[in-house]
Amino acid sequence: MTNVNKTAPLKNESGNSSYQADEKGYYGEFGGAFIPEMLYPNTEELRQNYIRIMQEPSFKEEFDQLLKDYVGRPTPLYFADRLSKKYNTKIYLKREDLCHTGAHKVNNTIGQILMAKKLGKNRIIAETGAGQHGVATATVCALMGIECIVYMGEIDIARQAPNVARMKMLGAEVRPALSGSRTLKDATNEAIRDWINNPVDTHYIIGSVVGPHPYPDMVARFQSVISEEIKWQLKEKEGRENPDYVVACVGGGSNAAGAYYHYLDNPDVGIIAVEAAGKGIDTGESAATSALGKVGIIHGSKTLLMQTGDGQITEPYSISAGLDYPGVGPMHANLFVSGRGEFISITDDDAMNAGLLLSKMEGIIPAIESSHALAILECRKFKPEDIVVINLSGRGDKDLNNYIEYFNL
Amino acid sequence: MANRINTKLKEDGKLLSIYFTAGYPKLADTVEIIQQLEKNGVDMIEIGLPFSDPLADGPTIQKSSTAALKNGMTTDILFNQLKDIRKSVSIPLIIMGYFNPMFQYGVEAFCKKCQEIGIDGLIIPDLPVDVYHEEYQEMFEKYGLINVFLITPQTSDERIRFIDSVSNGFIYMVSSASVTGAQSGFGDEQQTYFQRIADMKLDNPQIVGFGISNSETFEQATKSAKGAIIGSAFIKHLNGHGVDGISAFTKTIR
Repeated sequence: MTNVNKTAPLKNESGNSSYQADEKGYYGEFGGAFIPEMLYPNTEELRQNYIRIMQEPSFKEEFDQLLKDYVGRPTPLYFADRLSKKYNTKIYLKREDLCHTGAHKVNNTIGQILMAKKLGKNRIIAETGAGQHGVATATVCALMGIECIVYMGEIDIARQAPNVARMKMLGAEVRPALSGSRTLKDATNEAIRDWINNPVDTHYIIGSVVGPHPYPDMVARFQSVISEEIKWQLKEKEGRENPDYVVACVGGGSNAAGAYYHYLDNPDVGIIAVEAAGKGIDTGESAATSALGKVGIIHGSKTLLMQTGDGQITEPYSISAGLDYPGVGPMHANLFVSGRGEFISITDDDAMNAGLLLSKMEGIIPAIESSHALAILECRKFKPEDIVVINLSGRGDKDLNNYIEYFNL
Repeated sequence: MANRINTKLKEDGKLLSIYFTAGYPKLADTVEIIQQLEKNGVDMIEIGLPFSDPLADGPTIQKSSTAALKNGMTTDILFNQLKDIRKSVSIPLIIMGYFNPMFQYGVEAFCKKCQEIGIDGLIIPDLPVDVYHEEYQEMFEKYGLINVFLITPQTSDERIRFIDSVSNGFIYMVSSASVTGAQSGFGDEQQTYFQRIADMKLDNPQIVGFGISNSETFEQATKSAKGAIIGSAFIKHLNGHGVDGISAFTKTIR
């Protein structure tokens, strides 16, 4: 178990406390770039340019245009009336499930493919676990006509056949990761090795707020459109920009980073992070990194991760393939350790039931990842006047087989 | 006492350094491999501390690491195997491993243990030079350890100068933009890179690694560098011939 040290957040350049990344990519004690020298030129090129490129008017214009016309943004902020009555609080759902490709992942891949073009890269690599980020990457590569190679653990390829087929239809090459435990962490290792072998022409599109600086910050910025929209949408509906709570599930944590982003340094807004307890935190089959992890280095970032006492990275478990990453983004590690975020873990069973409940009460079948966020309504009490925004990160089509099996549908 | 690495680097002639993964092929092979390598004229040894997620390594070292962990290798077991190693060998010994297992052991405790055993240096590919310089350099030096940094064909001159200024042993010159593993040979591109580095007249000698597998690549690599490191090719040989075949392997190199 991790010792929770309540530490004050770092001061940012203007001297205010901030939960954003500092210049070196640290969130408190977490983050940084613990990478082999072979990766230094690649990440350094990105580090030196990413903020400048993101602020260029031509970049912003193209990014906004694609989010609007291609992804279908803004996604609705939907007041869930029946759910609100049942739980006696005001519940809004941020409908990232309505994004093109079915999840928030595409916000980041659109941003990064434009970044890759600006940097003059003509080859894209990505890692994927369940295949959602792989599909989102293959999609934007098809859109831009750029070569795309997706690394995926051999075991995941076998259990996620529809997403493998999607990536192939979109023109991507899916390469099996045959090393280690042959799942997401190993696919990430393979993508990093590919980048070491191809340092000049290739851009690596990481799918979450993980990896070496500047990735966690860059991906969070691309996903920050989620909370940017929540602010004006809530203002329209409730006359205020700030909800009382923002709730999101956390695997690596990209949808959560986007949903929290503009509220991170606003103490009026409570931040709730929901991790996958799997079969239960003490069962040995869990992915609740805040509860089970210790500080260490994974994929170039200093963060909380699940590991043996000897520092070997272990394989997490969750029924949700998008939440079984052994680490967590450094932003979230800092939110946890500083006490800024409230971390709750939800079991497979509670998540599945929450998914079924939303389907029956609101006519929305959520991704199992998102079902974890919804499940806190059963265990966390809110006041009747509270405004609770839950980020519905993805739709449930990809999980139909899990739902069928679980509920004998 | 001068560090054994520095003493060795002052000798004439080109140095042959060999990497192996501790705990492979068998858990208890570590001491025997070290003794055999010294007996067969190798100049320096890198003992690989296996890691579950070796980012910078190709398939051969990945597989040996997975196998070593499956055999039960841990940091404690490795230190225990090495506790009397200085009674039988005097060859410079370097531990090469990723940062997370050292971080979990406690970096200072790790350094202290290395000093007690008689380890001369460390190579930690994912501990970048700037973090080392700011947070750990004093500690390493306190325990008499030489930390070795990597450079690649993509490393800028400015950064190479910085790495040279922080180093106090040798610089590990990665032969090409790649993970570890044997290549078929070095082309013009590599020769140009080797020459560029030689022309920089760095304070620290350079030892070339990655892609050295036989006498030909060893010779090419050491034309302008002080020595060369062989890893994957040696592990493949161990896999086929076991510990007894070590002399046969070193004879093929020089």
